[in-house]
Amino acid sequence: MNILKFFTAGSVDDGKSTLIGRLLYDTDSILADQLEALQQSNRKNDDGTIDLAILTDGLRAEREQGITIDVAYKYFQTEKRKFIIADTPGHIQYTRNMVTGASTANLAIILVDARNGVVEQTIRHSYLVSLLGIKNIVVCLNKMDMVDYNEEVYLSIIEKYKVLAGKLNIKEVTYIPVSALKGDNIVHASKNMPWYQGESLLHYLEKVEVDGGAKSPYARMPVQWVIRPQTDELHDYRGYAGRILSGSFKVNDKVMVLPSGDHSVIERIEIFDKTPEEAHAGMSVTIHLKDNIDVSRGDMLVNANHVAQHSQLIEADICWMDKRPLDENITYLIQHNSKVTKCRINEIIFKVDINTLEKKEAYDFSLNEIGRVVVKTASVLPFDLYADNKANGSAILIDSRTNLTVAALMFRAVVE
Amino acid sequence: MVNLDYLDELEAEAIHILREVAGQFEKPALLFSGGKDSITLVRLAEKAFRPGKFPFPLVHIDTGHNFQETIDFRDQMVARIGEKLIVGYVQESIDAGKVVEQKGKNASRNSLQTVTLLDTIEKYGFDACIGGARRDEEKARAKERIFSVRDEFGQWDPKRQRPELWNIYNGRIHKGENVRVFPISNWTELDVWNYIKREKMELPSIYFAHERECITRNGQLMAASPFLNMDHEDIVETKTVRFRTVGDMSCTAAVASEATELDDIIEEISQSKISERGARMDDKVSEAAMEDRKKGGYF
Repeated sequence: MNILKFFTAGSVDDGKSTLIGRLLYDTDSILADQLEALQQSNRKNDDGTIDLAILTDGLRAEREQGITIDVAYKYFQTEKRKFIIADTPGHIQYTRNMVTGASTANLAIILVDARNGVVEQTIRHSYLVSLLGIKNIVVCLNKMDMVDYNEEVYLSIIEKYKVLAGKLNIKEVTYIPVSALKGDNIVHASKNMPWYQGESLLHYLEKVEVDGGAKSPYARMPVQWVIRPQTDELHDYRGYAGRILSGSFKVNDKVMVLPSGDHSVIERIEIFDKTPEEAHAGMSVTIHLKDNIDVSRGDMLVNANHVAQHSQLIEADICWMDKRPLDENITYLIQHNSKVTKCRINEIIFKVDINTLEKKEAYDFSLNEIGRVVVKTASVLPFDLYADNKANGSAILIDSRTNLTVAALMFRAVVE
Repeated sequence: MVNLDYLDELEAEAIHILREVAGQFEKPALLFSGGKDSITLVRLAEKAFRPGKFPFPLVHIDTGHNFQETIDFRDQMVARIGEKLIVGYVQESIDAGKVVEQKGKNASRNSLQTVTLLDTIEKYGFDACIGGARRDEEKARAKERIFSVRDEFGQWDPKRQRPELWNIYNGRIHKGENVRVFPISNWTELDVWNYIKREKMELPSIYFAHERECITRNGQLMAASPFLNMDHEDIVETKTVRFRTVGDMSCTAAVASEATELDDIIEEISQSKISERGARMDDKVSEAAMEDRKKGGYF
């Protein structure tokens, strides 16, 4: 059994938390004591039924205001699959929290209120999904009960969304008409929409095949920690511990260490008490090399025939996440896998109006603004482009004055 | 792209997080309670760092109200793995007048341990504390980052959480602050049990069905013990029970159970209609009980 991680994007009133609550409720994933707590809560729907949204609004401030401020993670499973849901805030003010939730997801559910159709926030959410390179997208047309379960409404919204998807280079979208409040097509097929022949949301989620984010077949492993017991019997033991980002490593594979460029050959792979011949993307392993070369935390082992890009000038999409705006005169820290080095924003290429998708000239970035920049790093980063390899094509910026994470970066091109 | 089985994926993620702690911090510690989640953390640490030593000690905040079985298990385990154990005693905080014992029938030392924890962190200068909390346990925990920055008073501020992107963890802090790290955030209770089974891990005996003298209070079965304030209304009965979660004797309820083997427990939890923390009196105080305790510096 494997895990599907998905996130939900929708605005304050789209019924996003209700949709998640409905998924949990109808899959019998809410336990009796949690249900009891729900029933005792003062928040109720207009018709007196329990408000499923409270399940995910875990903070006092969220319950008070009836909004989602930060990501909540929810877990459930069916016989076919395990699911991790990132319930993310839809409001523009909390874009950074939405990006946090979306960054680890491999499927996005975008909620559209059937009464309103494609609106500004649909554009914003879809843009973020395409920016983060999430390939599996489900558009849930919610509140179908409020439009008399009308097929015409469904079809006309799909037509509008297709135009948007085209602009954003989103290839495949699945459309499902639902009512989270009433439970139509969430877990159980709706009796109210006989014209819809597709699957319910849950059935779709159980079956859909997702890519893990690393299209690149090339082996990459950032070294996180060097295991050196330095005991009498393990005097020469030196293992490079890390999690494989992409591709696979085999015993006797030729590898290169970046940024040094030193070559060696894999002598042994360990996963605790096992010594497999081969290890794949996603696994945390310990690798031994045949040669005694200098490798430490922050370095990366790569397949010697397909090395990563290595450059100090990188063009990247940036999502600014701090209240203090970007300052081109400040030296920031960039954290890329296990490596941290200084950097500066050398150039701002453009800023995107995330409600209209227009590119604009810009001189700074404020909280939740997105655009493209050129980053200059103090030392060479071994990276891939985000479109090829999410894990090795992404980084964060840290403001060393506050230690806060101030931006997300997605590498788009090497600057020659 | 090979799709990993879910336990392999969760394990690999947790090992990655533990190694990030080792790489990013000067003086980390692993908070060990003797419960199944922290025992799982120890197993994951073995997988992350063997044949080397752990790059951190185990730290136990001992309320003095533990189940003896838990303490015995802890000492045996520490001897087996050959790692360092530091114990912070709540009794010392009480003797020093830093905290006052709760009064009344439902008195517990649960909330007192926050002070001892923060004192222990300060005494040893720990900059990161690894804990076994999971997001499926409770709704405030469902909101917390894997690297959760606490201020110099140990407080969690849910409105000022750092964005946490991809698998990149920013552990940079100012002096006096520390980070709580939760490597098994994404595990569910059932995942932990399935992992315990797969890894053939040992557990304290109280997790398995046994006969015990109990009283019934607020609808929950509590182990009769000197730590529980009992009076003439409390009727002591011998029941076959097990514990689903292990905290203090004064605040952890037992469940009636015949589950003596791991398979029985996994079956029981799969069928259960009550959440794990439903057996914790400390969470029943109010809807925001956990959020408020975390804001105060709790685990």
